[in-house]
Amino acid sequence: MTSQTIKISARNVDVHYDKTHAIRGVCAEIPSNSVTAFIGPSGCGKSTFLRCLNRMNDTIKNCQVSGDIMLDGEDIYDPKVDPVQLRAKVGMVFQKPNPFPKSIYDNVAYGPRIHGLARDKSDLDGIVEQALRRAAIWGEVKDRLSAPGTGLSGGQQQRVCIARAIATAPEVLLMDEPCSALDPIATAQIEELIDELRQNYAVVIVTHSMHQAARISQKTAFFHMGTLVEFGDTKTVFTNPSDPQTESYITGRIG
Amino acid sequence: MIEPNPHKSLFVASAQTKRRATAEKRFHMLGLTAIFIALSMLAILMTTIVTKGSGAFQQSFITLDVALLEAKLDKKGTRNPDNLKKVTTFGYAPLIKAAMEQIVVARGIETDLTSKDMAAIVSKSAAAQMRDRVLNDPRLIGTTTEFKFLANSWIDGYLKGRVTRETIGKNKNISSAQLDFADRLIELGIIEKSFNIQFILGADASDQRPEDAGIGVAIIGSFAMMCVVLLLALPIGVAASIYLEEFAPENRLTDFIEVNVANLAAVPSIVFGILGLAFFINMMHLPQSAPLVGGLVLTLMTLPTIIISTRAALKAVPPSIRSAALGVGASKMQTTIHHVLPLATPGILTGTILGLAQALGETAPLLLIGMIGYVATNMPETVSQGLFSPNSAMPAQIYEWAKRADPAFYERAWGGIIILLIFLVTMNLIAVRLRRRFERRW
Repeated sequence: MTSQTIKISARNVDVHYDKTHAIRGVCAEIPSNSVTAFIGPSGCGKSTFLRCLNRMNDTIKNCQVSGDIMLDGEDIYDPKVDPVQLRAKVGMVFQKPNPFPKSIYDNVAYGPRIHGLARDKSDLDGIVEQALRRAAIWGEVKDRLSAPGTGLSGGQQQRVCIARAIATAPEVLLMDEPCSALDPIATAQIEELIDELRQNYAVVIVTHSMHQAARISQKTAFFHMGTLVEFGDTKTVFTNPSDPQTESYITGRIG
Repeated sequence: MIEPNPHKSLFVASAQTKRRATAEKRFHMLGLTAIFIALSMLAILMTTIVTKGSGAFQQSFITLDVALLEAKLDKKGTRNPDNLKKVTTFGYAPLIKAAMEQIVVARGIETDLTSKDMAAIVSKSAAAQMRDRVLNDPRLIGTTTEFKFLANSWIDGYLKGRVTRETIGKNKNISSAQLDFADRLIELGIIEKSFNIQFILGADASDQRPEDAGIGVAIIGSFAMMCVVLLLALPIGVAASIYLEEFAPENRLTDFIEVNVANLAAVPSIVFGILGLAFFINMMHLPQSAPLVGGLVLTLMTLPTIIISTRAALKAVPPSIRSAALGVGASKMQTTIHHVLPLATPGILTGTILGLAQALGETAPLLLIGMIGYVATNMPETVSQGLFSPNSAMPAQIYEWAKRADPAFYERAWGGIIILLIFLVTMNLIAVRLRRRFERRW
């Protein structure tokens, strides 16, 4: 591990949807240059918490977030913060591959274009190529960049979506069950990719697969009923959990 | 307790299965009957329209060699256009009588008719037709020129089978002697039915000349109105829908607006007509009977349709596309303009075209703003003055013809309906094609 600086720190985060109390007093510190996995049974709040980190919950009406979430020491819920700028820094990959119904090139180039990251066409070409290379899909699509992104297979689409997220040069990459719609081969490719992405980004991944969490993450957070039950090094959480609930979940007794 | 069933063969249908099969068969038959009834109604409608209306596209013409006498048309012989214009259509009328007499002599037709009665089988538009041509080309004066005149509507009806010797009775407009004379001319090939482009391109004509009436000016009126509707209703409707669907806060006011937009779509069109009369004409003093006002009224009427279909199209764009755009840091507006709107375009266009088609066929509001009536505008003026000069519209013109007494206008009303339907079907086909063309998978 190169460094263990804290990228995101959350303190006493509560989320309410109308009358539902979805997240209760979550405190967590997410380190940079590592993979942090959120695990827990369905409806435990892990996705909700993930979406707090780039303020995607803002788009859901009646969603109230309280508490402090700091990115590099800056409060991302400060009124001065434009969520648009935040989301360029904190990229997101969704559960279902959701490429735009445009060409592969335009999919990846969209972020850099709207953020004005490229000086000219060749610069943009370079960004697109680099993003596709990092997402480990360059070889498969380099000859058909103008083909529609929706025509690719599910695994390829998801990697294009990862490339699209990388292209805005984010510092954090949030992934909401990125492999749940993929077959084992595509999953393996994405997992390998996530491990490489760790070099440059803080990766936060929500997953239902304990094996996946154990394989790819350095830190694991276990959520249950809206609370963060346990958060620590993946090795410790999986081999020697301090909370009995965590142990039950990991060993398959609840969930 | 659930008892184990005694074994029964699968090959023997149980009573319940039989009942169910019968019920399904009955349901199937009901559906087929309904479709059959609907289709036969459509077939009856289409055949009626086509059989009654197709006559309007054919017209009887009388070909005459008219001696354009210098003594009548240009007494001074100067060919001065101002002098030529002083000769009214009354000056031309005797020439037709002379031409008729000429034919009787030359072809040896036996008839007791006076030259006035013989000339009466030619349309009243003939003199004006000759005068226009002479004024255009004064060199014709002094020559004998061939003209193709419209036959009057009774002779035309005789050729089409609408008028017979039994039905004319004591009709002052036509006598059986004139029909005998017409028979001779038909034998000689002087009276002939042929395709009448003037019905599609021409202007409406007065009560006296049904044979001369055309729907062309009304088509231009309709077209001008559709331009107004498209230019106003599409941008306003799309902007309103985008705001309501993507940006409006969820509160009572928004709900109130939404409910009212939906209600507006159900308001009878004549209400929009009286609103247009009160507001656009009485308050804003826009010209009466003008396509501009008609277009504004139809815009009001079409807006709810466009808003409703646009909102449906926006709603149909999957939320995952919005998340994806927001996730890479697009603003709400960028998300809408770059991703949601393009995906909703086919739906929006379809809705717009269907709204336009509805507006095109609308008659009631035009009644109140004075676009119904005999609009004596001719082709060039109508095109150049477009939005501001009085005009009619296709459905209004059809209504106008249908309410006139002369049965010859009745045929034109049916013919007008054919043209209107052709426009509507074309617009619907364009809508279908657009939907197919832009449909995308995601």
